[in-house]
Amino acid sequence: MAVKPEIRLTASALIFAVIAAGSSALPGDCRASSNSAKNATARQSESSPRGQILALSCASCHGTDGKSSSVIPTINGRSVEYIETALKGYKSGDRPSTVMARHAKGYTDEELRLISEYFGTLSTTNK
Amino acid sequence: MSNTLSRRDFSKLLLSGVAGSALGLFGTSKSAFASTKRVVVIGGGFGGATAAKYLRKLDPSIHVTLVEPKAVYYTCPLSNWVLGGLKTMDDIAHTYAVLKGKYQVNIVPEVVIGIDMVKNTVKLKNGKTLGYDRLIVAPGIDFKYDAIEGYSESVANSQMPHAWQAGSQTTLLQKQLLDMKNGGRVFICAPANPFRCPPGPYERASLIAAYLKAAKPLSKVIILDAKDKFSKQGLFKKGWDRLYPGMIEWRSVALGGKVLKVDAGAMTITTELGVEKGDVINLIPPQRAGKIAVDAALTDATGWCPINPVSFESTLHPGIHVIGDASLAGAMPKSGFAASSQGKVAAAAIVRLFQGKVPAAPSLVNTCYSLLAADYGVSVAGVYKLAVDGIVEIKGAGGLTPLDADDNQLRQEAMFAQGWYQNISQDIWG
Repeated sequence: MAVKPEIRLTASALIFAVIAAGSSALPGDCRASSNSAKNATARQSESSPRGQILALSCASCHGTDGKSSSVIPTINGRSVEYIETALKGYKSGDRPSTVMARHAKGYTDEELRLISEYFGTLSTTNK
Repeated sequence: MSNTLSRRDFSKLLLSGVAGSALGLFGTSKSAFASTKRVVVIGGGFGGATAAKYLRKLDPSIHVTLVEPKAVYYTCPLSNWVLGGLKTMDDIAHTYAVLKGKYQVNIVPEVVIGIDMVKNTVKLKNGKTLGYDRLIVAPGIDFKYDAIEGYSESVANSQMPHAWQAGSQTTLLQKQLLDMKNGGRVFICAPANPFRCPPGPYERASLIAAYLKAAKPLSKVIILDAKDKFSKQGLFKKGWDRLYPGMIEWRSVALGGKVLKVDAGAMTITTELGVEKGDVINLIPPQRAGKIAVDAALTDATGWCPINPVSFESTLHPGIHVIGDASLAGAMPKSGFAASSQGKVAAAAIVRLFQGKVPAAPSLVNTCYSLLAADYGVSVAGVYKLAVDGIVEIKGAGGLTPLDADDNQLRQEAMFAQGWYQNISQDIWG
């Protein structure tokens, strides 16, 4: 029993560290992903872990790398601007949807931008 | 559990992986800077298969072994559609051929019988062992058969299937429905929270009613519930009134819904209000984390596995990540979608940990579609963030299909439900 509080402390400390890293890292991540657009492979693994981890969620409905094989729209191949406009439209309610408004409201504008840059850069690389 | 932690284990806990690298206190912990990068994944469902694929996709230098005894995996999502006659078992079957061929995951069709946390090895039923630098445990659920008097695994496999793990159980329940007479009574016994797929029993009631309405219209579906409210309740009740008036009855705990005892020979269920006789009895028992998680002492008193929500690393055993239904993931439901989302977070965290870096803040999402009829779908969505007390839902986001959604939206959601299944299956096994 004696060790249990120590374990909890360790886990909590880690959570604090990551929450802090998550929010303070945002502006840096944006710059990094724009700068490294020429080398998307390096960017994926190195430069924008935040953009990548946000974007991985999208694949559960839109397919791996945003390539859909169903009625759900493909994101892969769309421009950064297109995706960002769509996501912000869902968030504001200007763009009608079934479920996308409910998702888009869960992200800050910065996060929506990171997601758009992630898929926008992927599609540039694939051309 | 914790009083069995040796001094050595405790030192290892402090030194290893996440804790050491995140706090920057210990420069060279063993698993964060291992010279080899071997990950073993136990379980090839939504969580485990996702983690295996994404580990390889994110960092091809990681060697990934997936241990899963089943050559063909049948998904629980859409298994209710099979019961309703909208899909076949082949439609919900997946194999590991693409993970093996395209992603070069080492597939081991075996059962894990033990985990040696000192030697970092997994013991297989065939006597062999597999070494790992990090282990992902994704065993899904196991059933507390003894929680209901008269119920057992053999009763589940003969008279009263749970069909809460898809495969032969689904086929058995389907056969019973096909064999049932017109005017029969189907009981669905739903467990208390938490359990796998919170809207599942109610989607099942809907789609069984869809089948009965067409084939055996004098029949009834009665849900005996160990709860007083349930997921998407308003949407389901409205849909039942519209689609299946008088066919589906829901009895809450307050109305005698809790099952106390069953008699498989007599096909009866005893509740506080008396004895009911059923023609088909689908008993979904209370659940806990899958067996290997219990055997390896990864569970706490709740029967589920406490984890660090940044990386899904066990708070009881460092170096072992637990994802999916078996984990205690805060506000996230036990769904296939959530498990897959967690598999990606764990994979990305492990990639960072092998690089000696702090994992990125996780991004976790869930969407659960339920079908009430072929062209009538509803959904619940959630976006999650990390707070000091764990994984919480982001307020203002997520939520349900509106109760006043028009037929067009309900039809679209039914279409997207199918689209979601196609894409998530491809994202995981394809």
